[in-house]
Amino acid sequence: MDKTDKTNKTDASPKNAESKNPGEKKKSKKKKLREAPRHIAQAVWTAVTNSYVAGFLKGRIYQGELKKLCVPGMNCYSCPGALGSCPIGSMQAVVGSSGFKFSYYVVGFLTLIGALIGRFVCGWLCPFGLFQDLLHKIPFPKKIKTFRGDKPLRLLKYIIFAIFVILLPMFLTNDFGNGSPYFCKLICPVGTAMAGIPLLILNEGMRALAGFLFRWKLAILIITVLLSILIYRPFCKYICPLGAVYSLFNRISVFKYRLDETKCVSCGACSRVCKMNVDPTKNCNSLECIRCGLCKKACPTKAISYGFVSGGVKVGKSKLAEDIKPDKTAET
Amino acid sequence: MKPKVDLSKILLTSAGPLLCIIGAAAVIFGYLRGEAAVILSKAIMVCMECIGIG
Repeated sequence: MDKTDKTNKTDASPKNAESKNPGEKKKSKKKKLREAPRHIAQAVWTAVTNSYVAGFLKGRIYQGELKKLCVPGMNCYSCPGALGSCPIGSMQAVVGSSGFKFSYYVVGFLTLIGALIGRFVCGWLCPFGLFQDLLHKIPFPKKIKTFRGDKPLRLLKYIIFAIFVILLPMFLTNDFGNGSPYFCKLICPVGTAMAGIPLLILNEGMRALAGFLFRWKLAILIITVLLSILIYRPFCKYICPLGAVYSLFNRISVFKYRLDETKCVSCGACSRVCKMNVDPTKNCNSLECIRCGLCKKACPTKAISYGFVSGGVKVGKSKLAEDIKPDKTAET
Repeated sequence: MKPKVDLSKILLTSAGPLLCIIGAAAVIFGYLRGEAAVILSKAIMVCMECIGIG
């Protein structure tokens, strides 16, 4: 059984006590309000980076110079509204080209964004993350928080990144030395949702070309949609190669979460509220943390904080537990 | 008594800013050697693989 479930049983927090009384409706209303600012930010970012309105009207895509730039989240560059390029698509385009076998441009971009904010991108700046967030809000009698094999399955995204984003486009090439974007071609439901379906609706010629591959990708999208209703962000947890890359930076990124151990009362409220099944008291910068901020809001003692760190000096709102301890020992 | 210097903590806090600089340098280097042009040439055409046609 998952540890999160164990904490559910042994919970003695004031919030849990509240949930047992008739104030349940009031609590659920509060929870919705808590997530609203993040969803607004996600929606605004999605709208800004997909604001080529003419594309949606004419069934074309944007062809300007901005497409040289990558956007931080999963955002298919064939979406009719897309102004920038998907880093995963760009990576495959460069490593699969005959001219280059390594992309300093995209690796540098992923390093820059990852080292700056880590998986904050997943929580706040990814259009497909928003899509899954909204799908998970659809009521269903029994939502699945965790299941047997959940943790090992999370390693799948790293394997997908290595095989489908790097190795296959790099080595499985045609006579001209060009490789296909295998992740986009065989797996990515983002391209189907953001580009395939809109373009096929708007463009009759493309509709005529859709065959087995489109049906295969449509099936993956439908499975992703159905699973997203049951499980929180299944694509992010198990499949997304971009999340896999950013996760490696979570521990060292400039923007970090912090736990003040002197304030933490181990009530379990943070791990209970986390939909990615992270326990912030064990590691508040876990590989799986998408930095949605729910744990911080749920903490009754405000032990969790976040902010930018520069040269070991905290710039956020409260002190680090690690920063406090040496001062105390110095006094004694 | 002075607090002990924790080297791992210093590494953890300095790795982020350092990688940001390395990342930015790699972006510039990649741009200058023409990678952005490859991305642009791919991204301005409808990606048949992405939409599930080609």
